[in-house]
Amino acid sequence: MKPVFTVTKGMLPVSTSYCPGCTHGVAHRIIMETLDEMGLLGKTIGVAPIGCSVVAHQFMNVDMCEAAHGRAPAVASGIRRVHPDKVVFTYQGDGDLASIGMGEIVHAAARGEKFTTFFINNGIYGMTGGQMAPTTLIGQRSTTSVDGRSREQAGMPLKICELLATLDGPDYIERVSLDSPAHIRAAKKAVRKAFEYQVAGKGFTFVELLSTCPTNWGLTPTEAMKRMREEVTAYYPLGVYKDTGKEAE
Amino acid sequence: MSEKVLMKGNEAFAEAVIRGGVRFYFGYPITPQSEIPEFMSRELPKRGGKFLQAESELGAINMAYGCGAAGGNGFISSSSPGIALMQEGMSFLCGAEVPVTLLNVSRGGPGIGSIQPGQADYNQVTRGGGNGDYRIPVFAPASIQEAVDILYEAPSIADKYRNPVMVLADGLMGQMMEPVMLPEPKHAFTSEEIPAAKPWAISGSEKGERSVVKSLRLQPEVLEAHVEHLYEKYAEMEKELEKVECEGLEDAEVVFVAFGTMARLAREAMELLEAQGIKAGMIRPISLWPYPYRAFDGISQKTKAVISVELSMGQMLQDINLGVKGRVPVRLIHRVGGMLPTSLEVVEKTKKILEEVR
Ligand SMILES: Cc1ncc(C[n+]2csc(CCOP(=O)(O)OP(=O)(O)O)c2C)c(N)n1
Ligand code: SF4
Ligand SMILES: [Mg+2]
Repeated sequence: MKPVFTVTKGMLPVSTSYCPGCTHGVAHRIIMETLDEMGLLGKTIGVAPIGCSVVAHQFMNVDMCEAAHGRAPAVASGIRRVHPDKVVFTYQGDGDLASIGMGEIVHAAARGEKFTTFFINNGIYGMTGGQMAPTTLIGQRSTTSVDGRSREQAGMPLKICELLATLDGPDYIERVSLDSPAHIRAAKKAVRKAFEYQVAGKGFTFVELLSTCPTNWGLTPTEAMKRMREEVTAYYPLGVYKDTGKEAE
Repeated sequence: MSEKVLMKGNEAFAEAVIRGGVRFYFGYPITPQSEIPEFMSRELPKRGGKFLQAESELGAINMAYGCGAAGGNGFISSSSPGIALMQEGMSFLCGAEVPVTLLNVSRGGPGIGSIQPGQADYNQVTRGGGNGDYRIPVFAPASIQEAVDILYEAPSIADKYRNPVMVLADGLMGQMMEPVMLPEPKHAFTSEEIPAAKPWAISGSEKGERSVVKSLRLQPEVLEAHVEHLYEKYAEMEKELEKVECEGLEDAEVVFVAFGTMARLAREAMELLEAQGIKAGMIRPISLWPYPYRAFDGISQKTKAVISVELSMGQMLQDINLGVKGRVPVRLIHRVGGMLPTSLEVVEKTKKILEEVR
């Protein structure tokens, strides 16, 4: 009999430490399943900087290192110089990538670095307890915007895919969401495409995964999914922002 | 093979680390060391290495962290404000036990200060500006040959202890030309050799055990044990890496303490004093951490004063006092801001100090 579900070797046989309903676990799974399916587990090096997912190395079954807050793209650039033939990825939160690490990500993208960045955008500083992130939506409450973020006080949220798509360096940029089984399947396709491009020797590939943080959004997991589907994707439209493979066709 | 050539300091430094096994360079332009990235961008690709100009010093130190974590021998050069920006990274590299060779061609401060030579990075490099309990060995050569010899060994020391190693030079040394003997190139690991040579490195290879390089240790007892482990390593370094040169301590009336180019100046002052019938000796720390405290036990009964000759407001005095332990008066002769004392100025000030302490 053919099993309908098997656990991927890409994930270590331990339970994750993420909060119930948090999509970090889903993101981990689709990335590691893809590497497993592509036969890349023994050839991959991952970088997880500070943020809730700094512990990713406890769950992802590949060689990994931590990075200081925001610096994963620089770290991956260094790794890439030593191992030109391996698969390299960074897994970064929105506070990490879009605030403190903006310099590193923009320059890595502009250099067309041959690695993949997974950008986990949950619109909040999860690990430090729910402060406003550069991606927090207007009106969204956080511990540093208790009445909701206002444009006057904090400016507008950053749209990273759109911003990076203005650069000539990247080869592939897509925004996906983890709010439903259909969207998760689509997200996994994007993950696969990014790795395929990397293996084919293309340059920088980037997948933004819209994610939930039920704990700091003050919502149940189900409400969080609904909010992501309705409010978050309205500001952060899903889709392909750059695909040099397509353009060439 | 080894060969004798006339070279400018900065280029000799770069050549020495390449011969010492470095194949990866990360840096951001800053005076007075920009000849180093320029040299590396030309030379490394020819020798199977890679050069990457970083977007900032934050980028550079973190690229070097990735390189070292992946098993590569990386090198970074910068100058004082750039070194300041790298301190978070240095703390991280120490915590994660990742090797790298660093060169600080120091200049004046605080702030952007000046581009003239300075030694006011003493506290920054020996005390460390990053967070947490960590140590970085620092060597301060006084000639280009000595710098070449130290930079040639630095990558191996960094690898042995899995820790950053720093060489501190100043703008004068970077710019001057001296004949140097270049040592024979060491073997540099290829990416294929890394998994066997450095099994702890994240090399993305099926070598049995998975590698993880990290500095976060949330459980107090785990972090405590890790810091204790680091300090066992640092105790080894204190035993093995201390380097000092002492001269004429037996019958010296005055003992200079100086490092780097200031030691050369103090040497000249010693000769001028000798001609005037005053015996001067010198303690020249070559390693600033570990600091050669024990060398001060060699100071004789005849010595009336120990004088630090520095291009800072006396940052080394704290270490000198720890070595002298109150046995002899300790004084300071210094200039800052990029100003250099002349040897005559040192002689005159020394005579004044001797009158005062007699
Ligand atoms: C230099 C530095 N500044 C601040 C912090 C504190 N810090 C740790 S995680 C974090 C926010 C992470 O948020 P994000 O990247 O969005 O990841 P999430 O936890 O939401 O997945 C901050 C500010 C730090 N560790 N280092
Ligand atoms: S705090 Fe938020 S992002 Fe972090 S694990 Fe919990 S739900 Fe996930
Ligand atoms: Mg976040």
